[in-house]
Amino acid sequence: MTEEIIIAGFGGQGVLSMGKILAYSGMMQNKEVSWFPSYGPEMRGGTANVTVIISDERISSPILNKFDTAIILNQQSMDKFEDSVKPGGVLIYDPNGIVRHPVRKDINVYTIDAADEAARLGLSKVFNMLVLGAFLKLKPLIEPEYMRKGLEKSLPMRHHNLIPENEKAIERGKQLVKLEHLMN
Amino acid sequence: MKDIRLMKGNEAIAEGVIRAGCDGYFGYPITPQSEVLEYLMATKTKERTGMITLQAESEIASIHMVYGGAACGKRVMTSSSSPGISLMQEGISFMAGTELPCLLLNVVRGGPGLGTIQPSQSDYFQAVKGGGHGDYKMIVLAPASVQEMYDFAKLGFELAFKHRIQVMVLSDGAIGQMMEKVELDEQIQRLTDAEIKQKYPWATTGKTPDRERNIITSLDLNPVKQEIININLQKKFKHIEQTEVRFERIMCDDAEYLFVAYGSSARICQKAVLLGRERGIKVGLLRPITLFPYPSKELAKLAKQVKGMLSVEMSAGQMVEDVRLSVNGAVPVEHYGRLGGIMPAPDEVLNVLENKFIRLSVNTPRLCLGIKKIL
Amino acid sequence: MNYIPTREEIIADHDNVVYERTCLLTDNPLSYCPGCGHGTAHRLIMEVVEEMNLQADTIGVAPVGCSVLAYDFMNIDMQQAAHGRAPAVATGIKRLMPDKFVFTYQGDGDLAAIGTGETLHACNRGENITIFFVNNGIYGMTGGQMAPTTLPNMKTATSPYGRDVETMGYPLKITELIAMLPGTYFVSRQSVHTPANVRKAKKAIEKAIQYQKLNKGLCFVEIVSNCNSGWKMTPEQSNKWMEENMFPYYPLGDIKVPKEK
Repeated sequence: MTEEIIIAGFGGQGVLSMGKILAYSGMMQNKEVSWFPSYGPEMRGGTANVTVIISDERISSPILNKFDTAIILNQQSMDKFEDSVKPGGVLIYDPNGIVRHPVRKDINVYTIDAADEAARLGLSKVFNMLVLGAFLKLKPLIEPEYMRKGLEKSLPMRHHNLIPENEKAIERGKQLVKLEHLMN
Repeated sequence: MKDIRLMKGNEAIAEGVIRAGCDGYFGYPITPQSEVLEYLMATKTKERTGMITLQAESEIASIHMVYGGAACGKRVMTSSSSPGISLMQEGISFMAGTELPCLLLNVVRGGPGLGTIQPSQSDYFQAVKGGGHGDYKMIVLAPASVQEMYDFAKLGFELAFKHRIQVMVLSDGAIGQMMEKVELDEQIQRLTDAEIKQKYPWATTGKTPDRERNIITSLDLNPVKQEIININLQKKFKHIEQTEVRFERIMCDDAEYLFVAYGSSARICQKAVLLGRERGIKVGLLRPITLFPYPSKELAKLAKQVKGMLSVEMSAGQMVEDVRLSVNGAVPVEHYGRLGGIMPAPDEVLNVLENKFIRLSVNTPRLCLGIKKIL
Repeated sequence: MNYIPTREEIIADHDNVVYERTCLLTDNPLSYCPGCGHGTAHRLIMEVVEEMNLQADTIGVAPVGCSVLAYDFMNIDMQQAAHGRAPAVATGIKRLMPDKFVFTYQGDGDLAAIGTGETLHACNRGENITIFFVNNGIYGMTGGQMAPTTLPNMKTATSPYGRDVETMGYPLKITELIAMLPGTYFVSRQSVHTPANVRKAKKAIEKAIQYQKLNKGLCFVEIVSNCNSGWKMTPEQSNKWMEENMFPYYPLGDIKVPKEK
C-alpha cells in the first residue's frame, strides 16, 4: 500500500499541520511516511501545500506531480492540482469559496463543508481536522488509536487538552463528507 | 526501545551533531536552513551536552569562529545556504590550508545571487571543485533522506578528524525542509580537553613544557616549502579518493540505462526507476553519496553494461562533467536539469531518458531536450 | 691573588642580572624594520604572560599585516587568522576554551577596515578576550598604502597627494567607538616610543590580561605606533612626527576604566 496525497490551500488553514498529523499518525502505525511542504513566503498568508506519502514500503520520491488523493481548500489550489490527481484517484474539496468546481470525470470527487461546520461550531481551529476526517472516511489508512498518538506527538504539550476536541472534529468530518460524483 | 521521530532534515542534522559529540556551532540565519540554529537554541545544547551554540554577526564571522574552535581540536560546525556559503569561502580555504577538521552544511537554494529560496543543486562545482582560492578539496556528502541528514553528522565528524579535512554536507531545500522518520542513536560523549590534547597533538591547547608551541597557519613565504605543503595536501586528497568513496546502486544489476543523481534528485530518479520498470525499461540508478571523492570507478564499470547514462541534477549541468570524465566516452552521457528552484517530477525525468536514449535511433544526433525545451 | 672578573663576566653572572629578555620570545630575529614599535609591543605582552605564568594557558591570534608572523616570535600556541577575522577566531577559541587566556594582535587595516564588523561585534558581545591593536596609520606590510586611521592630508602610496577627507573619508577613531559599547570593560590607548610610555603600556597590558581572567568582558589596548618605513622617515623623525601629529588625533590614556576600584 502506498498513498500519495497533496493537501493544498491558504496559509493559516492548517494545511501543513494537517499533513504533519497525518504523517505522524502513519509513523505511529509503523508505516513509512514523508512530508514535503511548499516553504517560503507562501507560509505567510499565500498558498501553502504539502505532499504526504504513507506507505508500507520505503518511499522513493517525496516530491511528486501525480497523487492518489488531492485535498483542495481554495480556488488557486483547485486550478493548480485538479489535473495532478491520478486517473481513478480521489479529490476532496471544501466548496466554500470555490467558483470553478472540478470538471474531471475520471476521478472520484467528494466535498466537505468544513468551513461552514467550523463556523457553526465556533471552532475555526478544527477546520483542518474536519477535512482530515473526510479523508480518513474515504481512505481509512490510520486506526483511530494511532490518530490519537499522532495528535499527541505533533501537538505541543500545552495543546494536549485540545486533543479530544480534535478527535471529535475528525469523527464529525467523517459524517460530513459527501459524494459529488464517481468516476465514469 | 528505538528512538524514532518524525523530523525535518534540518532538525535531524542538528540533533545529529549534538549526539555526535559536537562542541560548538556558529551560524547565521538564512532560508532554507534556519531551523538548524533554531533547533540548537531551543534544545539548550549547553545544558544537554555542554555544546556551545552561538549566532554570529555574519557567515564570515561564523566560519572564522569555526576556524578558531577547530584549531583547538574541537568538533565544530556551521551551516548555511548558498549565498552564505559563498561568503564563507575565505574561511574554508584557510581551513583547507591549515588542515582543520570541521563540518559544514549547505542547504542549497537556487542562484546565482540571491536567487530563490527553493531547492537547487547548483552549488555542486563550488562544493566539489573547491569554492575558495587555492588547490584543495573537501569531502562532500550528499544526503538523500532525513535519516542521512542525521547520520552524516556523525560520519562527517569522523571523516573530518580521520583525515584532518573539511567535510561538507551538500543538501538542498527539499531535504532540509521535508519530514521523514529518523532513527536516533546513543549520545556520544564530547571529548575532554585532556583527551583532545592527547588525541590531537597539533591542536592549540596552550603550550606546555612537554612540547614545542603549536602554530596553526596557512602561510609560508618560502615557495619551496609551500610547494611541499601543497604536494602533501594533494597526496591526502588522493588517499581519500582511494578509501572514502561511497555510493548506492539501485536496480543496477540488469540495467540497460542509468540515472546518475544525488540528493533529492536521486529520490526523484528512484521513483522514475520504478515507473520505468513498469513501462518495461530496464533502468537503474547510481546515487553518489560522496561527491568528492566521486564514484568514478563504479561509473566506469557500469559504462560497460549500460547503453546510456542520464545525469539528473537541479542545475544547468555540473555533476554531468564528472560522469563524463568517469566513463571517458565509453557510453553516451546526457544531462537533464531544472533550474532556479524548480524540481523535476519522476515521470518527467523518465520521459527525458526515453527521448534521449530509446525513442531516437543511435545515429540520430541527440538534441539537448532538457533545458532547451523548458526555455 | 684573587681573580678579578672582567666587566663582561660580571654582567654575565646570573646573580647580577637586573633585566633579561623574556623566554616567551623565540630566538627568531624579528622581521620588523629597525625602529618599529611592534618588537616592543610583542615583548611587553610576552613579558606579562610570563610574569603571570600563563604560557600554558595562552592562545594568541595573529592577523594579516606586518605582524602576520607574530607566531614566529611569540613562544606560545598561536593561530594565524584571515585578514580582519581575528576577533571571530578568538571568539571561537574562547567560547570553547573558556579557561584559556585568548588574545588577538592586530593592526589598523586588519582591525579597523576589513575586520570592522568582527571587531565591533566581538566587543559588543563582550567576548572575554583581549585585543591588542597596533595603530600606525598605514598599511605597512603591503608597502605603505592608506589605512582607515591615516591622518588627514597624510601622504601614502594610495593617497599620494595626501588623504583628502572629502573623498577618502576621515580617520576612524575605532577605539573611542568600541569604548561606547557595553560589552567592553577596559579600553586604553598607549604608546611604546619612550621608556616612560613603555612602562605605562605594560601596566595597561597587565590590566587587560587580569580582567580577562576575571571574565569581565572585552579588554582593548591600542598602541599608537610609528611606521618609519611607511612614513618614509628615520625612526627618530617618525617618533617625533607621531608625537606631533598622531597623538593629538589619538590622545593617549585610558578611555574606559572599570567603575569599581
